[in-house]
Amino acid sequence: MADTRDKGLVAGRIFLYLVLIFLALLFLLPMYVMLANSFKPLEEIRNGQLMALPIDWTTAPWRSAWSTAQIGVQATGLRPYFINSFLLVIPAVAISTMFGALNGYILTQFQFRGANLLFALMLFSVFIPFQIVLIPMAKTLGTLGLAGTVKGLVLVNSVYGIGFTTLFFRNYYAAFPVELIRSARMDGARFFAVLFRILLPSSSPIIIVTVIWQFTNIWNEFLFGASFSDFSSFPLTVALNNLVSSSTGVKEYNVHFAGAFIAAIPTLIVYVASGKYFVRGLMAGSVKG
Amino acid sequence: MATLALDGIKKSFGPVQILHDISIDLKDGEFLVLVGPSGCGKSTLMNIIAGLEEPSGGALHLNGRDITPLGPADRNIAMVFQSYALYPNMTVAKNIEFPLEMHRIDRSVRAERVAKVAKLLQIEHLLERKPRQLSGGQRQRVAIGRALAREPQLYLFDEPLSNLDAQLRLDMRTEIKKLHQRLKSTIVYVTHDQIEAMTLATRIAVMKGGVLQQLGTPYEVYNRPANTFVASFMGSPRMNLLQARVSGSGGALELSFTKGDRAHAGFVLPAAAAAPLQPYTGREVIAGIRAEAVSIARKGETLGANQRTLAARVEVIEPTGADTLVVLDVAGQEFTARLDPDVDLVPGAMMDFQIDLSKLVCFDSQTEILLS
Repeated sequence: MADTRDKGLVAGRIFLYLVLIFLALLFLLPMYVMLANSFKPLEEIRNGQLMALPIDWTTAPWRSAWSTAQIGVQATGLRPYFINSFLLVIPAVAISTMFGALNGYILTQFQFRGANLLFALMLFSVFIPFQIVLIPMAKTLGTLGLAGTVKGLVLVNSVYGIGFTTLFFRNYYAAFPVELIRSARMDGARFFAVLFRILLPSSSPIIIVTVIWQFTNIWNEFLFGASFSDFSSFPLTVALNNLVSSSTGVKEYNVHFAGAFIAAIPTLIVYVASGKYFVRGLMAGSVKG
Repeated sequence: MATLALDGIKKSFGPVQILHDISIDLKDGEFLVLVGPSGCGKSTLMNIIAGLEEPSGGALHLNGRDITPLGPADRNIAMVFQSYALYPNMTVAKNIEFPLEMHRIDRSVRAERVAKVAKLLQIEHLLERKPRQLSGGQRQRVAIGRALAREPQLYLFDEPLSNLDAQLRLDMRTEIKKLHQRLKSTIVYVTHDQIEAMTLATRIAVMKGGVLQQLGTPYEVYNRPANTFVASFMGSPRMNLLQARVSGSGGALELSFTKGDRAHAGFVLPAAAAAPLQPYTGREVIAGIRAEAVSIARKGETLGANQRTLAARVEVIEPTGADTLVVLDVAGQEFTARLDPDVDLVPGAMMDFQIDLSKLVCFDSQTEILLS
């Protein structure tokens, strides 16, 4: 009896793993296609062999996508826009994370009137579709003199991110021991000392979650980038779109694949490097250890 | 070190009144224990003293200085929390140093104070550890150390022993008492444990429902409880509270506990005990007798001026080792006696007990207030 049951179990396991491996390969397939074709000369793609490995390996598409492809007026490749995206993402992530922490701190530690209503409204901002704010935001950026600049994009993405970051930090700090805050206040810590000396040093899980979330979202953001930037301030997503959809000349699919992969590399690195913290951080508030 | 004056402190949340007009004056070096069942407002009162909550009315003076409008950082008060509230990201040394740093005390003075406190509390070997690497007792010491390092005018302790196991709790209790005797500091201490209150306090404030029931020395609170609540809250086993009738016959008053058709139980009161009961002749009162005022009557023994005998039936015998608690039935009312550990009693037996009435207290049967 035990024997047959064991056999059944093993067979079940094997089946399970086969299914899982098949699904994993299925999900990895687009990445394989991108990588394989980004190392092919254009003729090999034209032959219709999308799934085949390159016969004649070449890094020319990568070099072209990075530094010589025609995107704006000049043939600069993706490089300047890659830099733009970093100039956008780093301050925008920092600013929105900082405000999220500050808002979370205020919303949880100061029981002022309307705190919950305020939080509900901030949460509401998470659900506002980007399209609705395009025109008012364009007007705002124009008034501030930030239209068409990376700074303008930093502002837009920061503001838009604050709803999310506030949600993250507010929920994390709601579970923070009240006595620690009270103790710090008794010990003479004032508003910012409590935040910087007590709360933030204990917030690494939620900071990691927020940074990953914001980094990925802002890095991949397209609509604001397309609407509020000009040739000098395009983020990478917009530049990639321009590269792929340029209507002149031959469609260089291998360059497009390489470009798309370049655009995806930073978020991939962030996920691989801190993915486990991401999962851990999302659980942090709920389970007290 | 300082005096503390609470002057008509009130606190309400909307229509709900949490604290009713609490006034307490503390002299320099006093150890005040706020005690009461949960929800009595003792923690709220402590938070108001700390500045963590604002009173709805009244004023606080610390060493003559009005601290009512000040925030917790400006009051010069240190607090030890129930959960210890050690900062998890800092080492023990950093934890102790933190309040000094916040008060912009010079770095060299800080190091000196940390060393001094660590020596006093014997936590020198723990200074470089993080709080999570410490046991409960060690955490408690660090929390006390952090409070001491500041050298504040007033210390607040919010149920500091309730997270410790039983043996450690006794040890830390003794240690806190020693510390107080040594530092002669003014302390306000909150607990729901009446034994902690009795052992530590120079004065006890018993609270219930946001009302200060009694403020007095442990002796007063134990022996002259202001009302039946204090009488039954302080002391273990609790004070026996018996329904009694006062009857007079030619100057002498008799107290009888008889209910219904039970055999008569009662005695003629000694003059001292009878005095406050004169206006209650012919009426019901509540008589309070501590368990230790009872002993077994021996035949042929002459009674002292304050001693009387009372007949009762033995119901339950509970030996505790140091003494034996016996639940008696006095004319239908339950009565606990604390007797010698080696008494030889049989449940169900009817016996005579000797009662010392020098500490008899009686309460009004309606208002439940002490008659004096």
